[in-house]
Amino acid sequence: MKIILNNREETFEKDTMNVAELLKAKNFTFKIITVKVNGSFVKKEDYETTLIIEGDDVAAIHLLTGG
Amino acid sequence: MYKEKLIKSCVGIAGCGGLGSNCAVALARIGVGNLVIADFDVIVQSNLNRQYFFFNQIGQKKVFALRDNINNINRDVVVDAHDIKLSPASIKTLFQKCDIIIEAFDLAEMKQMIIETVLTEFPMKYLISGVGLAGWGNNNTIKTERYDKLFVCGDQQIEVSQDCPPLAPRVGIVANMQANQALEIIINELNK
Repeated sequence: MKIILNNREETFEKDTMNVAELLKAKNFTFKIITVKVNGSFVKKEDYETTLIIEGDDVAAIHLLTGG
Repeated sequence: MYKEKLIKSCVGIAGCGGLGSNCAVALARIGVGNLVIADFDVIVQSNLNRQYFFFNQIGQKKVFALRDNINNINRDVVVDAHDIKLSPASIKTLFQKCDIIIEAFDLAEMKQMIIETVLTEFPMKYLISGVGLAGWGNNNTIKTERYDKLFVCGDQQIEVSQDCPPLAPRVGIVANMQANQALEIIINELNK
């Protein structure tokens, strides 16, 4: 499937993945991350049940201390 | 006329440290009419390496010292200052009237908290976050990414640590980038 991840097109072999699988595939193992799928915020407890399919727009934003 | 749009706009600033104090001052200088600022912290000397405060303000609450500094720059800005540690509930109350919210916290956990609160409670509001501003150099890694109404300014890579402190130049760049993004939204996207 082709999706938009963090504003860039990415291709994955699988036809669908849940959010947890996507984060693992991308090695996004950061402690503090905020995920949006098609504009909607996805709670951490919903990572395994939220499916990503062809054409989805996903943002996985890694937050860092400093301000 | 862009000045009219600025006068009518309201920007909320969550945190008055390195990002918040510099961003608020930039917005005040250009004439944003209403600022809602919130912070619970007190100024200490080590803050002066990047935050918009002065030596004689050490010991004062940041939020009130920032209100004074804004008033000394532009008397026409209405500043609503809140001495509070923000939570999801207080964010919902204090920033209700704001068109745009600036995330200007220090800790990653707090950044996550406000982003998730705004995405859930205020999906129609603009939120401009600052992520990745520690250290020095690397001018060209600092950028702005847009995700619908959420904007993230910074390099999104470098975290503060003992050997990589937050310093005036890069913190100031990101704070002013947040202000510049707010300005662009006020002029091009808000219907006021």
